[in-house]
Amino acid sequence: MITFSHVTKSFRNQRVLDDLSFHVEKGETFMIVGPSGTGKSVTLSHIIGLIQPDSGEITVNGMTLNNLKKEELRALRQKVGMLFQGGALLNWMNIFDNVALPLRESTNMPEKEIREKVRSVLDILGLEAAAGKMPSEISGGMMKRAGLARALITEPAIMLYDEPTSGLDPVMSRRIDSLIGEMKLKFAMTSVVVTHDLVSALNVGDKIALLSGGRVLECAPPGEFLESRNPVVRSFIDSQFSIKKEFAKAISER
Amino acid sequence: MEAGRYRKMKKGIEALGLQVLDHVSCVGNGVRMVLSAFVYLPYCIKARKEVLRQLILCGQKSFGVTSTVALFTGMILALQSGLLLKAYGQEMRVGFIVAQTMFREMGPFMTALILAASVGSSMAALIGTMKVSQEISALEVMSIDPVKFLVTPRLMAMMIMCPVLTCYTDLLGILGGGFVAYTQLDVSWSNYFENVRFMLNEKELYVGTFKAWVFAVIIVGISCYQGFVTQNGAVGVGLATKRSVVTNFLVVLVVGYIITRLFYQ
Ligand SMILES: Nc1ncnc2c1ncn2[C@@H]1O[C@H](COP(=O)(O)OP(=O)(O)OP(=O)(O)O)[C@@H](O)[C@H]1O
Ligand SMILES: [Mg+2]
Repeated sequence: MITFSHVTKSFRNQRVLDDLSFHVEKGETFMIVGPSGTGKSVTLSHIIGLIQPDSGEITVNGMTLNNLKKEELRALRQKVGMLFQGGALLNWMNIFDNVALPLRESTNMPEKEIREKVRSVLDILGLEAAAGKMPSEISGGMMKRAGLARALITEPAIMLYDEPTSGLDPVMSRRIDSLIGEMKLKFAMTSVVVTHDLVSALNVGDKIALLSGGRVLECAPPGEFLESRNPVVRSFIDSQFSIKKEFAKAISER
Repeated sequence: MEAGRYRKMKKGIEALGLQVLDHVSCVGNGVRMVLSAFVYLPYCIKARKEVLRQLILCGQKSFGVTSTVALFTGMILALQSGLLLKAYGQEMRVGFIVAQTMFREMGPFMTALILAASVGSSMAALIGTMKVSQEISALEVMSIDPVKFLVTPRLMAMMIMCPVLTCYTDLLGILGGGFVAYTQLDVSWSNYFENVRFMLNEKELYVGTFKAWVFAVIIVGISCYQGFVTQNGAVGVGLATKRSVVTNFLVVLVVGYIITRLFYQ
């Protein structure tokens, strides 16, 4: 469904993606983890044609993304939805109108149908009560969910999530996790999820890729990923679980 | 020593050349943006609510300042030219001068400056904020053209509001001038307005309106463009806002001169 082969990308003198290659199967939930600033968001932006690679090739859904024409890009974007890191809602519209925006602007769907559809998506995400509120009046978690609602309303075949659980409490994080799982079961959706949250990656990922220094250091199913011998992967895993271990040790010593 | 100086000079010239190229490509991109905003103008029918919202915002943000500036511009004009005319015993001609200056120059110019500072700057700030918080990318991902969605309704609103406000400025300025003429120069109201009416003809009106129209396009173009090229977070937004105001002032001034020059030889 999605293939990166030998993709490089630099901003000014800084090389962000360096010979990046990976492949995502149809219906798979592909997790990208890695330290801050290694190009995770940049990778996602490539998949939806917001950024063009300097070299290498990207194919999505059978389309090669280099030098796409305007209509081709449009066709691609109709199939791909994206949840942005901060939600990226428009602040002069309430949540309902934000979620309805893609249908109102790019389809000829009648208003009544749009309303029904928006209501049902808001229901699924537990946002019924927030429908009339402005983005500045709701919490960060709700903003994320509203951004998710807006991305899902067009029923994309591929969903890209940029840190869907960062800044959320654990309960809400697990709810988002199970939502990503549900999407996969219900719509056979292919998902690429960028996250800092290893628990979430292990929970919902079919495959986990660790991105560091602009390339994939390890790419494996959750079980194998945890067993990886790569030192960078080890230190990433340990950094996420060491707190729990130390806490357990402290408790047992009391 | 000589070689060093030569190299330095070469570097300087190169840098200058690059900067000029940079500005030229900036102007090119900005013009392209404005043109595509014009192409999308029919979209305003669908987005009439947004156009209305922009119209109201436009009026609200500038009404108070416009009124004050208009009134005092007229008063200053009347006082300045009136005192000079009085020296020649021609003070009853003051209405003529105030009306002409307001309609041809000061009305469109002052209105444009106020709109650039109040409405234009907030356009740059809004679009700049949207850019750095990925909202522009989000629009692109939803296949919504940001120029069509953001610039076109603002362009439409400004092209309506700027001529209207300009007329308002003209009238208020003339009223202010009349007040000064009556209280300080002992020119009667009827005499004053007779002179104003003598001066008013179709040409004055359409040149003034045309100017207002061109200024509207300039302000929306420059402000939105500066918003779209914003980089580097909140600092960048501040910079974009400042740049939009300064560039608007300069361009409005120069273009204002050129238009007057074209119509009045
Ligand atoms: N449009 C851009 N222009 C210049 N540099 C950029 C741009 N986008 C990203 N970068 C740079 O690329 C690098 C990677 O950015 P990216 O946003 O992909 O990181 P990330 O892995 O998503 O980090 P985080 O976990 O903090 O979100 C950063 O150093 C950033 O400064
Ligand atoms: Mg990121």
